[in-house]
Amino acid sequence: MSNTAIFIALLTGVVVWFVVASRLTAKPWRGETKGDVGAIPLPAARIGLWAFMAVVTSLFSLFVSAYAMRMHHGLGWCHLTIPNLLWYNSLVLLGASVAMQLASSLAGRGRRATARTAMLAGGVLTIGFLVGQILAWQAIGPSLYFIQGSPAIAFFYVLTTLHGLHLIGGLYVLGRTMGRFNAGAELLDLRQSLSLCATYWHFLLLVWLAVFGVLLFL
Amino acid sequence: MAYVAIADRDAPIHDPHGFIEKYIWSQDHKVIAIQYAVVAIFVGLIALVLSGLMRLQLGFPDEFHFVDPNRYYQFITMHGMIMVIYLLTALFLGGFGNYLIPLMCGARDMVFPYMNMLSFWVYLLAVLVLLASFFVPGGPTGAGWTLYPPQAVLPGTPGSGLGIILMLASLAIFIVAFTMGGLNYVTTVLQARCRGMTLMRMPLSVWGIFMATILGLLAFPALFVSAIMMTLDGTLGTSFFMPAVASMGENLNYDGGSPLLFQHLFWFFGHPEVYIVALPAFGIVSDLLSTHARKNIFGYRMMVWAILAIGGLSFVVWAHHMYVSGMNPYFGFFFATTTLIIAVPTAIKVYNWVLTLWKGNIHLRVPMLFAIGFIFTFIHGGLTGLFLGNVTVDLPLSDTYFVVGHFHMVMGVSPILVVFGAIYHWYPKITGRMYNETLGKWHFWLTFLGTYAIYLPMHYLGILGVPRRYYALGNTEFLPESVHDVNAAITIAALVVAGSVLIFMYNMIVSLKSGPKAPPNPWKATTLEWQTPDTPPKHGNWGPKLPEVHRWAYDYSVPGAPDDFIPQNVPVDPKLGVGRDHGRKH
Repeated sequence: MSNTAIFIALLTGVVVWFVVASRLTAKPWRGETKGDVGAIPLPAARIGLWAFMAVVTSLFSLFVSAYAMRMHHGLGWCHLTIPNLLWYNSLVLLGASVAMQLASSLAGRGRRATARTAMLAGGVLTIGFLVGQILAWQAIGPSLYFIQGSPAIAFFYVLTTLHGLHLIGGLYVLGRTMGRFNAGAELLDLRQSLSLCATYWHFLLLVWLAVFGVLLFL
Repeated sequence: MAYVAIADRDAPIHDPHGFIEKYIWSQDHKVIAIQYAVVAIFVGLIALVLSGLMRLQLGFPDEFHFVDPNRYYQFITMHGMIMVIYLLTALFLGGFGNYLIPLMCGARDMVFPYMNMLSFWVYLLAVLVLLASFFVPGGPTGAGWTLYPPQAVLPGTPGSGLGIILMLASLAIFIVAFTMGGLNYVTTVLQARCRGMTLMRMPLSVWGIFMATILGLLAFPALFVSAIMMTLDGTLGTSFFMPAVASMGENLNYDGGSPLLFQHLFWFFGHPEVYIVALPAFGIVSDLLSTHARKNIFGYRMMVWAILAIGGLSFVVWAHHMYVSGMNPYFGFFFATTTLIIAVPTAIKVYNWVLTLWKGNIHLRVPMLFAIGFIFTFIHGGLTGLFLGNVTVDLPLSDTYFVVGHFHMVMGVSPILVVFGAIYHWYPKITGRMYNETLGKWHFWLTFLGTYAIYLPMHYLGILGVPRRYYALGNTEFLPESVHDVNAAITIAALVVAGSVLIFMYNMIVSLKSGPKAPPNPWKATTLEWQTPDTPPKHGNWGPKLPEVHRWAYDYSVPGAPDDFIPQNVPVDPKLGVGRDHGRKH
C-alpha cells in the first residue's frame, strides 16, 4: 500500500505541475490566450516517449506494490537469494546506457563513425545484459518446482521478463535506427532517434536498478 | 504555441492508395474511429443479447432451459466485461477520441498515425480472442466480470480452463492496443493543436477524452499486472493470488497467495475505469448541451478543473468497492471520505449543465434529448452512489440489486445515452447524411423510459434484500411475491429497450444511403470539426491550410452578432468582442 501511496503522490505531483505549468486560469470567454502549456519545445516523438515511460513506471510501480503486499499479506514467503551475477549484469546495463548517451552526443557533434560504434556497443552490451539475465535465471532455478513453491522467485521471473521485453522493444527501435544509419541517412535525421534511444535506455536502467533494489532490500 | 507537429502543407499526409489502404489498413484517424466504433458496437450488441438472455431467466425462471446456471454466470461475466471495456472504453476513446481530437484541435491527423492503425488492429485481435472463448471447451469464464480469485481459476467455476485464460489474454492485448491509441491521443492534444487553440480554448469533449486517456494510461497497467499474475496462477501454478485451497475434496497445489491483493489491483484499475468512461461522457454532453441550448457552457474553467480533480481523486477511492471484503476501519473511513469528496467536483458539473440550460434557447433535437436524459440518469445514479460510498450503508446493500441499479444507472445508462446523443450529433459530419428525426425520438423515449423501468425497481428490490448474482431466487420466504412480478416486468422493459436498439440501427444504416444530404454545419455549432471544407472531411481534414482559432468553443448567442453562433476560426471583431463579455473592457 505504501508503494501505491508513493505512486499516487507522484501522480498528484504531476497533476499539480500540469495545472501550474499550463496556467489553467485563463478566461477564454474574454479572449485570453494564456492558458497554453506554452510551446513545449520538444518533438512529438519525445512527448510520446515520456508518456510511454509514465505508463511503464505505473506498470512497474504496481508490480512492486504487488510484491510488497504479497510479501506482507500472503503466506509462505521466503526471500530470494540474489545471485552475484545480477551485480555484473547491472554494470553491463549501465555500460549500455552510457554507450547510448555517447552515441547520441557524438551524433550531435556530427561524428558519424564513432557514433555508429557507440551505438553498436550499446546494442551489444544490452544483448549481453539479456544473456546475463537468462544466466541468472539458470542460477536461481528455472524449474516449475521453484516457480510454484516460491512467490519471490515467481516475481523475479515476471519482473525480469517484463523488463527484458521492454529492452527488446528498445533493441528493435535501435536496430531500425542502425538500418537507417547503414542506408546512409543524414546524421541530422538520426540524432533524434539516438537521443530518444538514450533516454529510453537510461529509463530502463533506472527501472532495473529499482527492481534490483526491491529484490535486495524489501 | 504547440503548432509544431503537423504544419500547413500542399499534399496530405500518408496518402492512401487504393481501397485497402483507404478503408482497411487506413492510417486516417476518421477511418480508424469508424472501425473502432463498428467493432465496439458489434461486440456491444452481443453483450446486449447476453443481458436479454439473463433477464429471461430472472423474469421467467426455468422457462428458458438453455439458460442453465453455468451459462447464466458466463453471460453475466461476458456482458459486464464487454460493456465496460470492449464497448464503452473502446467507443469513447478509440471511436470518439480518434474522430474528435484531431478535428476539434485543428490537426490533420494523430501524431503517430501508424501506431494509431496498429491500435485498432490489436483491439480487434483482443475482441477476437475474447469471442473465441465462446467456442472453446468449457466456454467463456463465468467468474463474474471482476474475475475474483480463487474461484476464477477453480475447477467448479464455468470456463475455469481455457475460458479464463482467453479472457486474461484478451484483456492484456486490449491494454496494449489502448496504450498505443492513448499515447497518440495525449501527444496529439499536447503537440498538434492548430494556431490559437490554447488548452483553455479546447472544447470540453477534448478535455474529457484527454483526461480519461491519462487515467487509462496510468490505471490499465494495474489490470495488466493482475492479468499476468492470474494467468501464471492458472497455468503454471504460482500462488500470487491463490491461497491454500481444497476444491471438490482435493487439496490443490496452491499455498499462501492473497486474493485481497487481486482485489486491490483490480479496483485500482476498476475505479478509474468508471471515470475513463464517465469523463468523455461529461465532456461530450457539455458540448451537446451548449450547442443545442444555443448558450455558452456555464463555468467553463470550473468544468475543466472539475475534470482534472475527478481524474486525480479517482485514484484514491478504489477500496470503496471492497468494504465487504473487510479492511481496517480507518481505511474504510479514509475511502468513504475520498468517495464523498469526489462528489463535489461531480456535483459542480451537474449544476453547470443545468445552469447552461437555464434560459437557453433549447432545441429539443435528438442529441439534446439524449443529453438531457443523461442529466436525469446521472443524478439518479450519482445520488445512490452517495448511499453506497458510506461503509455502514454499503454493507447491507452491497450484495443486492440496489448496487445493480446504481452502477447501471451511473456507468451503464448514463454513458450510453451520451454515446447515442453523440452519434446523433456527429452523424451528419461523419456520413454527410441526415437521419430520420422521428425514429431518433422514438429511440430516445423508449430507451430513456425503458431504462428507468428497468433500473428504478431494482433499487426497490435491493432494499427488500433481493440478492444479486443469483441464478434463481426460488421460494425465498423473506421476499414477497411481488418481487417475482417486478422481475418479470423488468425483463419485459429490458426486451423493449433492446428492441429500441433495432430502431437505432435501422435509422443509422438506412440513412447512410437514403438520408437527406447533410449541410456542413447543421446544428450551427462553433467547434472546428463543423468548419471543415468538406463534409465528411477528406483525408488531411483541412485542405491546404490549417484553421486558425481566435476564440473559445462556446460563443453562442453573442449579443450584437448577426448569427447566434460564432465559429472558433472566425477572427474577433473588435467592436463585438468575444463571448458573454461583449461590451466590457477586456
